[in-house]
Amino acid sequence: MKRIGEHFRGWMYAVFALVTLCVFFACVSFGSVGIPLKDTLRVIIDAVRGVPSADALKLARSVIVPVRLPRVLCVALVGASLALAGASMQGLLKNPLADGSTLGVSSGASLGAVIAIAFGITFPKLPFAGTMVMAILFALLSLLIILGLAYRLDCSLSTNTIILIGVIFSMFASSIMSIIITFASDHIKSITFWTMGSLQGASYRNAAVLAATLLVCGTVLLLNARELNAFAVGEDNAREIGVNVRRVRLIVLITVSCLIGVCVSIGGTIGFVGLVTPHMVRMITGPNHKRLLPASMFSGAVFLMLADLVARTLLNPRELPIGVVTSIVGAVVFVCIYYRSRRR
Amino acid sequence: MLTVEHLSVRFGSFAAVDDLSFSVSEGQWLMIAGPNGAGKSTILNAVSQGVPYTGAIRFEGRDLRKTDAASRARSIGVLSQNHYVGYAFSVEEVVRLGRYAHRGGLFSTHKAEDEAAVEEALERTGLTALRRQSVLTLSGGELQRTFLAQVFAQSPRLLLLDEPTNHLDLVYQKHIFTLISDWLKTPGRAVVSVVHDLSLARVYGTKTLLLHHGKAAAYGDTGDVMRPQTLNSVYDMDVAAWMRTLLAQWRQETERENYDADTKSP
Repeated sequence: MKRIGEHFRGWMYAVFALVTLCVFFACVSFGSVGIPLKDTLRVIIDAVRGVPSADALKLARSVIVPVRLPRVLCVALVGASLALAGASMQGLLKNPLADGSTLGVSSGASLGAVIAIAFGITFPKLPFAGTMVMAILFALLSLLIILGLAYRLDCSLSTNTIILIGVIFSMFASSIMSIIITFASDHIKSITFWTMGSLQGASYRNAAVLAATLLVCGTVLLLNARELNAFAVGEDNAREIGVNVRRVRLIVLITVSCLIGVCVSIGGTIGFVGLVTPHMVRMITGPNHKRLLPASMFSGAVFLMLADLVARTLLNPRELPIGVVTSIVGAVVFVCIYYRSRRR
Repeated sequence: MLTVEHLSVRFGSFAAVDDLSFSVSEGQWLMIAGPNGAGKSTILNAVSQGVPYTGAIRFEGRDLRKTDAASRARSIGVLSQNHYVGYAFSVEEVVRLGRYAHRGGLFSTHKAEDEAAVEEALERTGLTALRRQSVLTLSGGELQRTFLAQVFAQSPRLLLLDEPTNHLDLVYQKHIFTLISDWLKTPGRAVVSVVHDLSLARVYGTKTLLLHHGKAAAYGDTGDVMRPQTLNSVYDMDVAAWMRTLLAQWRQETERENYDADTKSP
């Protein structure tokens, strides 16, 4: 019998990378102001080399360089980070429905960010680090609370328990967030931003922070791919074959919290990316995390870039929050996975 | 090989295991038997450091409490009774995980030794043909064999088995026990297993530890432990009589079949 992932080879990463690159350029050139692909490439090359563009391309450059390029970069990096975080959590908890949004981690991180802004928690010289650090801390705290509660109720961490607790925690965090935003609405972005997410107005600095986080966390998670495989087979089994279960779990939870915290502090809660992408990627690569994690990063970037493209072009000139698009797709996929896992 | 001294495990005020001492040496197969809730599996959990305990558990003289997970896994393999794998890993991938503890360092590569161990484990358990199949499509017996292969690939010297054939039919039961007793034939190895089935304990066990409410009701050579009187008091029933009833039923049925066969073919 043929098995999924059996025919996956190393060169396929090149295909993943190529697709990601194509989608990236497509997303930069499409939009409310359409720019031909050829001009887009020309402008990007000019900008990278630091030379002025031809007069005919001035308008294109003024759209691409300060607005669209940083935005698409951020979207791609957030997509990759969220997919990586989702894939890792699904392995760690042996639960294909685990994701920042279903577990309530994203809501927790948003709450942290909102608190930081409302109460003016900042670090000297690093104006946006306060939001980010609080988002990361709250993401980790939420994960610990949710998993702690779930472990108490049911040691096997069954799908139902985790999802249920995640949903309840999410609602709790969202309501506290609403209260804070109501009282401090003048300096906090709208509630829609934190619950539906948006990367409108993302900057190059955001992209740099996201890239650095992804690099560090991605490396850590990839180095733990074998351990994640063991967890995905079963935590008890992992212990029996000699995995230091406690240490690996802690490392993965902290890394995932960093990824989600940074993404949320920059783009708000963008749900279901970490759920949809690894699920689809698993159909190509199989469940082995050595292949699943890198492939999920590429696919997460592609998925979110396309979702962002839909969000900003569907109701042109108005824009949808990106989380609306991902949640519509995500909800359908969620139901499919849940239905299938229950039938088994 | 394995020495356990004054082992006690408490869950709150309840003593699941109470002051037990036993040992296993090379070539021996220790059977831990007893009624439900006697603390059989708890002993294995304590040996694999899964529950807190008092007393000492030593493997080849080293206190197991002071060893790390990886070095423990290199010498002791554990096979539990239930497995549920959530994702479509292949048989080979699951077996290969057994080599986890042997591959040190961050950038370790596949070593010839690892490959050989995986191949041997697959072959020994008859899974070579199924190696690429998803574990989600396996039968209960095949899944248990996959995890047995994983334990074999671990190249341990001591095997801990927690009712390895609990929910398997007789064909697989025989298969698994034959595989394990073949494995044990190599010098320098030993097995400790929890069993429900007293006849299995009788046939395969060199030593038996009979538990009753967390205490040793009897311990020693299987032949000495499995006396009717001891068994009856532990299980609070006439074990031998029940076995005889079961056997008699079988005999009756065989005889009836023979009789039917005789009368139908004139």
